[in-house]
Amino acid sequence: MEVCESSKVSLREFGCEQNLLSRPDGSASFVQGDTSVMAGVYGPAEVKVSKEIYDRATLEVLIQPKVGLPTVRERSQEQCIRETCEASLLLSLHPRSSLTLVLQVLHDDGSLLSCFLNAACMALMDAGLPMSCLFCGVTCAINTDGQIITDPTAAQEKESRALMTFAIDCAKRRVLMSSTKGSFSVHELQQCIAVSQKASEKIFQFYRDSVRRRYSKNL
Amino acid sequence: MQVPELLQRVGQVLLPGDEFRLDQEDNISLTEVSRPSRAVCGPGLRRSGARLLVCKSGVLRHKAPNVFWIDSQQKRYVPAKGETVIGIVTAKAGDIFKVDVGGSEQASLSYLAFEGATKRNRPNVQVGDLVFAQFVVANKDMEPELVCMDSSGRANGMGVFGSGGLLFTVSLGLVRRLLSPLSELRSDLEQLFPCELVVGMNGRLWVRSCSVQQTLIVANLLQSSDSMTAPQRKELFRKVQQGAL
Repeated sequence: MEVCESSKVSLREFGCEQNLLSRPDGSASFVQGDTSVMAGVYGPAEVKVSKEIYDRATLEVLIQPKVGLPTVRERSQEQCIRETCEASLLLSLHPRSSLTLVLQVLHDDGSLLSCFLNAACMALMDAGLPMSCLFCGVTCAINTDGQIITDPTAAQEKESRALMTFAIDCAKRRVLMSSTKGSFSVHELQQCIAVSQKASEKIFQFYRDSVRRRYSKNL
Repeated sequence: MQVPELLQRVGQVLLPGDEFRLDQEDNISLTEVSRPSRAVCGPGLRRSGARLLVCKSGVLRHKAPNVFWIDSQQKRYVPAKGETVIGIVTAKAGDIFKVDVGGSEQASLSYLAFEGATKRNRPNVQVGDLVFAQFVVANKDMEPELVCMDSSGRANGMGVFGSGGLLFTVSLGLVRRLLSPLSELRSDLEQLFPCELVVGMNGRLWVRSCSVQQTLIVANLLQSSDSMTAPQRKELFRKVQQGAL
């Protein structure tokens, strides 16, 4: 794969807070520019018999939009996030139990799916669930000139020719999940993956700093 | 020592996905008597062949000679064998009680697992009572099982709670800090006023003091010290000591 010339991967300012809700077992809010998502994790808890899986935990992801009820779009995002989380969590350590991840949109200004993924990862980590690796989400947009924009705003997303979101794991920077929209060439796809892998390093470093800050009280 | 790399990181914050290599001894020495020390993995660490994987975020701790674990802040309890917990009796089903311990499944408690209990002489346990009990069976594949006596058949502090007192929940990290030997938090608390404190590893605490007011003060102090640094806590305890009481 070609390494692209993007030493200047630009992401919007991001921020995170863990353990901000009292009721869930793990919670986090993640902010990317003006996009903001809150996540809550419940579990391992008792599971309904109909959803019980005998050798691993049942993971349920629920997305609550800012207004109204979840639609087909939210359902497809839920599936993307669930499959990413299932890949990184060690679900076999809690058989016959349920994990519920609730994601609430606070504000959508582009790159929502990647913000969901980042909030989900921080909340799962806060809940202390066993994970084999961390993951992060990066959204890339290709505009009409063929330029790649990482972490686009809603306006940039609207003008773009193609929009891609990747979930990347922290161990080997592999792609765990991809969700694409629009038309692009194979070469552009590979370029976007390379850019996302580069951007993921920044996000993983941010994860590490924010967890370190959280534990600084009882080091 | 096999794991110098791991020793260097003791006291630092690690994240899931961090990895360490353990040097495998390919040859077993026939002449040397002493066995090489191997790293023992506690909570949050997993061994996979020659690699040691971190699977929870938290601070790496070490106990001589070679025990390592991750100290993390968690709220949800996962039963572990040998731990003592505070449970709430939710149902009586024949000869066992169902006890809610805050895990993913209710634990079972036999009516014969109390000190002095026989088939004729049943313990007086009602639905809704609190019990302080110990896990004898706790693994991911089986229903957890509690007992209210130690291996010699003595109650040893376990059993049904008396009347009065207040039950509340804190994070599992605070519970471990309270139970650790030479705990600063506990010695700070001892200087305030006399109280009875029962600490369950499942994050439940039960307090009883001379008056309802003092009980509530202790409960509020413990709940708020969850998110405080040591100097902040000392300051708060000092204020309480000087203030109202």
